Amino acid sequence: MKPSQMLAYLGRMTVIASVSPTSAPAAAVRAGKNPLVLALLLGPSLIFLAAFAYWPVLLVLVQSFSLSQLGEHGFGLGNYARLLSDQHFGIAILNNIIYAVGTIVPSLVLALAFALALQNNKKVTAVLRTLIVMPLFIPLVAAAALFSFIYLPGGGLIDFYLAKLGIGQTNWLGSPSTALPAVIVVTIWKNTGYYMLFFLAGLAAIPTDLLDAAKMDGATALGRLRHIILPLLGPTFAFVLPIALLNALTQIDHVVTMWPGGPSDDANLLLYYIYQQAVQNNDSGLGAAATVVGVGGLLALTTLARQALDRSIHYES
Amino acid sequence: MKADGRFLGLLLAGAGALLWAIPFLWMLIAAFRPGVPIDIASLTPTGPFSFENFTDAWASGPFITWYLNTLIMCGGILVVQIITVSAAGYAFARLEFRGKELLFAAFLAQLLLIPSLLLVPNLTTLSKLGLYDTMPGVMAPYFASAFGVFLMRQTFRTIPRDYEEAAMMDGAGLFTVIFRILLPLAQPAMTAFAIVSVTSHWNEFLWPLVVLTSPRQQVLTVGLASFASGTEAGSSWGTLAAGTLLVAGPLLLLFLIFQRRFVASFVFSGIK
Repeated sequence: MKPSQMLAYLGRMTVIASVSPTSAPAAAVRAGKNPLVLALLLGPSLIFLAAFAYWPVLLVLVQSFSLSQLGEHGFGLGNYARLLSDQHFGIAILNNIIYAVGTIVPSLVLALAFALALQNNKKVTAVLRTLIVMPLFIPLVAAAALFSFIYLPGGGLIDFYLAKLGIGQTNWLGSPSTALPAVIVVTIWKNTGYYMLFFLAGLAAIPTDLLDAAKMDGATALGRLRHIILPLLGPTFAFVLPIALLNALTQIDHVVTMWPGGPSDDANLLLYYIYQQAVQNNDSGLGAAATVVGVGGLLALTTLARQALDRSIHYES
Repeated sequence: MKADGRFLGLLLAGAGALLWAIPFLWMLIAAFRPGVPIDIASLTPTGPFSFENFTDAWASGPFITWYLNTLIMCGGILVVQIITVSAAGYAFARLEFRGKELLFAAFLAQLLLIPSLLLVPNLTTLSKLGLYDTMPGVMAPYFASAFGVFLMRQTFRTIPRDYEEAAMMDGAGLFTVIFRILLPLAQPAMTAFAIVSVTSHWNEFLWPLVVLTSPRQQVLTVGLASFASGTEAGSSWGTLAAGTLLVAGPLLLLFLIFQRRFVASFVFSGIK
């Protein structure tokens, strides 16, 4: 099957799925009443979901309140108190917020700009699109290895060309003011192409006669962007933003790789803090409490983002 | 004026795309330059060029083991996923039962609960099950896929019921219907799912790093990381570039060959 056929097929599929009748024939109703059939169909998935999604959430909640790590019995808020008084945790959270804003905002703006400029199907634009999407297909560890070299003080790609301009060497990964921005740049490089794909799909769904009509009425490019394109891209934002938030909290492969032995506080992120506490320091209580804060924060943020966007979205009827 | 604006936009995007390509470009150039040239960072070197870095990189790590382990991990996950997501997808698409909506919502909750986020409790579970430092252990958390179930549910709903009812009249059982009739019809969606699944697990790092501790179990990404930290001391960046190409190469090559299909599947799959 050709890609274009596949796109058409998948597009049709989502439409049909949303309007297909729910009334089931007799055979399906009978099968649905049979607990053995249901167990055989849903059981395999449920077993693994229970073991590696529901149970760990429960476990991490219990562990976070358990005081055994403190040499006490019973349950309490001890781990959370320790977490709050740990300045490394505060720094990791603050860094993660900076990292999330610093990666998501530029990535989405760049992705939208690239999508707007490269949406027509010419040979040139196809090649340029490929160049921007390519980083998506290399492991984040490989991207980190590449950028370690790019940031290398003195001989690295940046300093090599800065030296030609007469600018001296900088320890990009080593100095407090550039360590976190250095990770942010890797993430933007890696993810922008991914988000661009969603914006391209969203732009393709906007009816061209709507834009033509606005053009006839004398709307400027900026006006069309603000009053037609951006509102109609609402659903795309509602879809991409949770993915971006999830990425900002769960992608730390580059943080682990760019600093042998771990990052200093200047570039530490929440997930690496959890990893340090639970795996390296063997402090499951503190690690669990930090995980609860992380998962809870992610859940709250994605819900908030969706609600805020839902209110401002113009879904096509 | 409008045509000019469009041209300017394309020009800027072109400059951006070239900037995006620089890390790749450097990796390609450096990988083919032997030794440790002073101008290793140069994007326009005069040579000499050779395959020396590739042979060096290949010799400095058990790449065959890493490739095999990565293939086993991605393949094992995918095979089990095909079974679990088809079965559950069918139940949610076709059957009527009590608590269906609630159960479906519970399935979708997994989208946020990825294994690297629940690293600590998942490690506890694995060691209790005796699966720590084993291939099944590194694969198990991915055997159920909420995203896959969702995709198969949508796909099965688009297939006319007549097919399966005709087959059932001929005496086919439910599982024959799912795996012999519906699954082949759902092949485009399954291909999209397979691409996304293999790509994301091929690139997975933190989870295999923590679960697999013995060297003979290591996968490509973890191998590359240990290789990279070893290289920094010797600062033979050409070898590191070659090693990075060896790790990222297969997927990158597949992407370049099948890029249009890759792109389509990623757009319609949403979450990795």
